[in-house]
Amino acid sequence: MALLEIKDLQTQFFTSAGTVKAVDGVSYTVEEGETVAVVGESGSGKSVTAMSIMRLIPWPPGKIVGGSINFDGKDLLALTDDEMRSIRGRDIGMIFQEPMTSLNPVLTIGMQLTEPMIAHLGMSEEAAMEKAKKLLGMVGMSEPDRRLAQYPHHLSGGMRQRVVIAMALACDPKLIIADEPTTALDVTIQAQILELMKNLTRELGVAMIIITHNLGVVARYADRVNVMYAGRIIESGVASDIYHRPRHPYTLALLKSVPRMDRQREAKLDPVDGQPPDLTKLDAGCSFRPRCRFAKDHCATSFPALEDIGGGHTSACFEKDNLDKEVKDVVG
Amino acid sequence: MSDAVNQKRSSRTGSSEGFDEVLVDVRDLKMYFPVTEGVFIPRVVAHVKAVDGVSFQVFRGETLGVVGESGCGKTTTGRCILQLEKPTSGEIIFYGDDITKYDSKQMIDVRKKIQVIFQDPYSSLNPRMKVGEILMEPMKVHNIIPDEVERQKRAKYLLNVCGLASAFADRYPHEMSGGQRQRVGIARALAMDPEFIICDEAVSALDVSIQAQVINLLEDLRDEFDLTYLFISHDLSVVRHISHRVAVMYLGNLVELADGDELFENPMHPYTNLLLNAVPIPDPDIEKTRAHEIIKGEIPSPINPPPGCVFHPRCPMAVDNCKKEIPQLREVKPGHWVACSEV
Repeated sequence: MALLEIKDLQTQFFTSAGTVKAVDGVSYTVEEGETVAVVGESGSGKSVTAMSIMRLIPWPPGKIVGGSINFDGKDLLALTDDEMRSIRGRDIGMIFQEPMTSLNPVLTIGMQLTEPMIAHLGMSEEAAMEKAKKLLGMVGMSEPDRRLAQYPHHLSGGMRQRVVIAMALACDPKLIIADEPTTALDVTIQAQILELMKNLTRELGVAMIIITHNLGVVARYADRVNVMYAGRIIESGVASDIYHRPRHPYTLALLKSVPRMDRQREAKLDPVDGQPPDLTKLDAGCSFRPRCRFAKDHCATSFPALEDIGGGHTSACFEKDNLDKEVKDVVG
Repeated sequence: MSDAVNQKRSSRTGSSEGFDEVLVDVRDLKMYFPVTEGVFIPRVVAHVKAVDGVSFQVFRGETLGVVGESGCGKTTTGRCILQLEKPTSGEIIFYGDDITKYDSKQMIDVRKKIQVIFQDPYSSLNPRMKVGEILMEPMKVHNIIPDEVERQKRAKYLLNVCGLASAFADRYPHEMSGGQRQRVGIARALAMDPEFIICDEAVSALDVSIQAQVINLLEDLRDEFDLTYLFISHDLSVVRHISHRVAVMYLGNLVELADGDELFENPMHPYTNLLLNAVPIPDPDIEKTRAHEIIKGEIPSPINPPPGCVFHPRCPMAVDNCKKEIPQLREVKPGHWVACSEV
């Protein structure tokens, strides 16, 4: 059985402007030890899905209105708040984008690192400190003794993100959710942090959901990829299928719109036309339709279901078999 | 301001792509910010050497990309050219005159010709002004179009040029998406009919699908209005796409400068090499075969930069001499400049 199984998840925000269907029927699984990427642009629902798994959707205005989330044999949506609290930070670790906001500025690194171990694992302070030292060594920080006494503002952005990774690993989680873990960091530091996360998750056998908008990061680190658009997964599959045989016009358009360092420079980029849709005003048809080059009349009648096209590769598009010409442009 | 001085391409940091009129000449620019201690009687205890002796030229019609990580001085360099910072030393020659010596009155004329597009379209547009007013204000301040109706016409024209309907003139910034706001930021920069635009991370805050639209717009405008760009960004693939030449900065220094294609195909400075290596390529099969050589350590503090070559503590090629001798930018191949003694 999969470690995490999300089925038909629906999370909505009830705002004065109308109901925002931020996550609208998302299903995916994460197997033990694998790295799954969720790619999409702002407002595609990738972060809200992650927050729903952690049950951290603020009410009001947000609410999980349907679906199920099974983690390690438990239905997370059926748990009490106390039970959920014992899973958060213990079985599921989290890494957020901005390390300064996920660390407490007035507590030392040592206190923040040991707190979850004392609370969740019942460790003594001394034992927790010992383990904290080991964790800091694992995430590549020099002089762990001195670091434990320091405050977050003493550290650079990259170092802070290392501390956050150490915290996520502190209670030997089964799953880590990393929401844009390197977006705030410079490229060279990003490479360091991603390499570290990859090595640690493989060594320790931890599964990871990495949420990002960066297609390069996904190509380097993910086993499987889910592409989201306007609250739904529109394509999923193993990374090489998504990049070499995209079967959804949006994935195709995304791949075509980024300038690539490994290709000859092109005279012009080929952008996705138009704007992302207003999530309060979605109609029955495919939400990518207004920006899609392959759209036909029947795309307006209903939202295409996510269909398996072999090898675990799925696509939600009526025209998925008619993209060949443009796919060749991307794959070369 | 003196008349256009058609400086011919000098031997220093020159181009090879056929742009030969120097528009902006930055000479040995230094910008040190004082670090003070004490609340009532502040005294200077150190300096942040944000830009530490940078020289380059920008040719009319070209796009010069400036890349580097946070704190490398790329933004400060741009702000110095705009005279938003008074440089500690060095010269910025624009139309034959050193504009660092100009007073604020003299700068008014320069500001019409040099405009800026900022990263964050949320904070660089006044939330209380309608888009039309935002675009008309500079025309009014500089008195280029005294007539209100003409100004309105031009504001709408600028919106159309930047791919927005005229109706956007009556909207407020908060009613627009990030991509649309950035188009307004670009339209505002164009309002003055500038010659030179500094794009400081102009597309970095935008989503991938919108980013490509704005990059294409910037390129179209460059051709249509004969603009020259200084394109500052941390995103190497975007810089490669848009730039004719690219300068790489590290810790306040220019470490490499070359034609775009040359720099990305044949990087010579060890830092440039490692920087390019760190950029992931959106293709899992290529990524599997790439050696992921990673730069060790972090960027040192610009308050107390390392002696000798500033990159030596992290450099895989460093030898003893690098700790002592400051490498000068030298032309290794025609148009390819590198500041490394081991190249």
